[in-house]
Amino acid sequence: MTGPVATGGDEPADVAIIGAGVVGTAIARTLACQDVSCVLIDAANDVGTGTTKANTAILHTGFDAAPGSLESRLLRRGSGLLRDYARRAGIPVERTGALLVAWTAEEAAELPAIRGKAHRNGCTDVRLLGADELYGREPHLGAGALGALEIPGESVICPWTTPLAYATQALAAGARLRLRCRVTGIRPGDAEHQVITSTGVVRCRWVVNAAGLYSDVIDRMVGGDGFTIQPRRGELIVYDKLAGPLLSAILLPVPTARTKGVLVAPTVYGNVLLGPTAEDVADPEERGTTGAGLRSLIEAGRRILPRLVAEEVTATYAGLRAATADRDYQIRVDPARRYACAAGIRSTGLSASLGIAEYLAGELGEAGLRLAGRPEPDPPVMPYIGQAGTRPYADAARIAADPEYGRIVCHCERVTRGEIRDALASPLPPADLDGLRRRTRVLNGRCQGFYCAATVSALLSGTGSA
Amino acid sequence: MKTEVLVVGAGPAGLAAAIELRRLGAGGVLVVDRDDGAGGIPRHSAHTGFGARDLRRVLTGSAYARRYADAAAAAGADIRLGTTMTGWEGPHRVTLTSAGGVEHTEAATVLLATGCRERPRPARLIPGDRPPGVMTTGELQRRVCLGGQRLAGRALVVGAEHVSFSAMVTLSHAGAEVIALVTGQPRHTSYAAFALAAAWRWHVPVWPSTTVARVQGRNRLEGVELAGPGGIRFVPCDLLVFTGDWIPDHELARAACLDMDPGTQGPAVDTALETSVPGVFAAGNLVHAAETADVAALGGRHAARGIVRALGRGPAPEHLPLPVTAEPPLLWIAPNGLRVAGQPGTCPPSPPPRNRFIVRSGVFRRLARIGVWQDGRRLATSATYGMMPDRPVRLSAAWIGRADPRGGPIVVRLER
Repeated sequence: MTGPVATGGDEPADVAIIGAGVVGTAIARTLACQDVSCVLIDAANDVGTGTTKANTAILHTGFDAAPGSLESRLLRRGSGLLRDYARRAGIPVERTGALLVAWTAEEAAELPAIRGKAHRNGCTDVRLLGADELYGREPHLGAGALGALEIPGESVICPWTTPLAYATQALAAGARLRLRCRVTGIRPGDAEHQVITSTGVVRCRWVVNAAGLYSDVIDRMVGGDGFTIQPRRGELIVYDKLAGPLLSAILLPVPTARTKGVLVAPTVYGNVLLGPTAEDVADPEERGTTGAGLRSLIEAGRRILPRLVAEEVTATYAGLRAATADRDYQIRVDPARRYACAAGIRSTGLSASLGIAEYLAGELGEAGLRLAGRPEPDPPVMPYIGQAGTRPYADAARIAADPEYGRIVCHCERVTRGEIRDALASPLPPADLDGLRRRTRVLNGRCQGFYCAATVSALLSGTGSA
Repeated sequence: MKTEVLVVGAGPAGLAAAIELRRLGAGGVLVVDRDDGAGGIPRHSAHTGFGARDLRRVLTGSAYARRYADAAAAAGADIRLGTTMTGWEGPHRVTLTSAGGVEHTEAATVLLATGCRERPRPARLIPGDRPPGVMTTGELQRRVCLGGQRLAGRALVVGAEHVSFSAMVTLSHAGAEVIALVTGQPRHTSYAAFALAAAWRWHVPVWPSTTVARVQGRNRLEGVELAGPGGIRFVPCDLLVFTGDWIPDHELARAACLDMDPGTQGPAVDTALETSVPGVFAAGNLVHAAETADVAALGGRHAARGIVRALGRGPAPEHLPLPVTAEPPLLWIAPNGLRVAGQPGTCPPSPPPRNRFIVRSGVFRRLARIGVWQDGRRLATSATYGMMPDRPVRLSAAWIGRADPRGGPIVVRLER
């Protein structure tokens, strides 16, 4: 699956997709299900390791997108598709709703305009809430809130299972996946393109650029100079599950021109997320947290949800959004060069992914790529790692059928040997501990491996199969 | 199923309680532990120093753990390993998960002895990259002592309390070269002998007043930025071990909505180690994170006596707890309630384990006394101690008979 692709003799692939993030895997899935032969290429050792893995894990309705923009359209379409897909694929989603809270008179004065924008974006259920109703809904909210806008459709989702489901479906539909494969150049040709990579040449008729933070670099390889990616770092703090009961909805601030601001959100795993910061950085690999960033988040958290900051921190991390100077998505299809680009997706790629894939596939079809035009097959059913449903450790029937689901290895997250075994035997197995974390939640709990890291490492390396 | 006593946690406190419960005649004693081996944290401590106070001998951690596990089994306790208590269905009804399935167990009394863990790096809010090679002592010792793993390269230990020296020894035995122990405190808080042994035998210095400002290394750990007396400097290392900074494993206690003590962050317990829910007890490092294994075991033994009394008394407790709190710079006191009889004057308050309270200080003091106060009245003044962070100050409970059972909370504070 990740071995070398034949460089001579064989037929070239119809499409090479560069970048196996949530957007690239969604495109691969959509195309592969239409009998398009795809090769999905990524420099990392797993799918979804860039912007996809480190974000706020919110399934946006697009209520605050610029009305009439491509982003608004694809976000609305994509979030609806993903909601349905997630239900069928077992991707954890919870419709928590969001409350956009006004803390000053100026912010309160902006709420009606934001509501108007939401209505223009098709979110007609968005409404204003007075302070009393707001505190009735969120009794732990800090003092001083004047009112809020309620966005009932906003949801939280598992950002890790989503690209894994897409990639698993793409593989089942015949796509090939080349991981640990860095694209170093592209040689365009009349009959076929040659994508030069660190592990050989990939021949293809079309190149699709879904390279996220590196999409400008890939674009220049095919002669484009249309845009530059400006990585924008967002630091986040994950609080212990014991903080979970402190809120029920996503708590948003009134956005500024530059950023959507610091939010507090439940996660599908039961934790509470605080962040993100927004800071432009030069290096697309700069994913470190900073003292100043973490301090500023805790200050914000103390104001929004005072009791939150007294709880234990389970994790801190930083993600990078792929921003561009142009605020809208950069999605283009160039039939003459048989090149397509899905870039500048910033922070809405997870929510819009299926909308982007559907739109791009349509554009590619218009441009001459042959699509089977058949209805989509059912998605794969993924291991459920959320907290709202029944996990294997709590499933008596499942343990009775297979006792490995009763042997808890990671106690904080209650991950069983059965789940680790399944992940290792899956069509897209993890390459390392981080990959296993994203598939099972092992090591993602409050103790961060105090109890189980030694055992889990042994299971991963195949020496702990006792 | 039903049992008289459910003990959650087969570490020193849980096993010592089970042995004592059986000795005192308790019928069904079910001990569950999520781990695959009995004995708790001492299981993966290869060094000696365990058992002085409870067993009157000194053993290695693994021998100590084995001894308790064997004794509890011989006493007739039903010990189930690989069994996790996953939740409460009622005050005395719990859900257990194991390879054998999901079980619902009703217990007349419950002892929580779930111990404590070290705060990992994220909980300490240390910024920087997130490479592998960063761990706690717990993970290190499981890897080395239970997994037989060898380590190579340079290691830096964060912390300079007892467990930090234990981590240093483990690292050295496993093949790593320990550069230093760093602590934000002005000096180490372990025994002088440990620091001397570290310096002379292992050539490992303690760098005081030094904190980790940033972790560097994207794919593998390259080193850390240390903030110390000389400013910020970069120290290359391949392993970074966070030690101490204990937090009780209090999830089950909080899930039961037990009253929590803000100082210890464990469940609030009275001197009989009963929590705010009658019939639910807590002992060991869940209520004083972290003391040595023998102190935890003696707490478990003490809790057993309270449990046996509770088994005989029916559903309602015949006592009232009187809160006992510590004032800064003291951080906490355990137990944090004085158990007095419901009818004043009928009998003296129950004493705490070992007839003493454990107090934790946040500061160094060479000559300090602790005063015990109630409603503006001083009940006692302690002997003079030297006190330091991370180390217990043992406060005699000789004063408890002088407390007014109907008075206000009891406060312990540093006397000038």
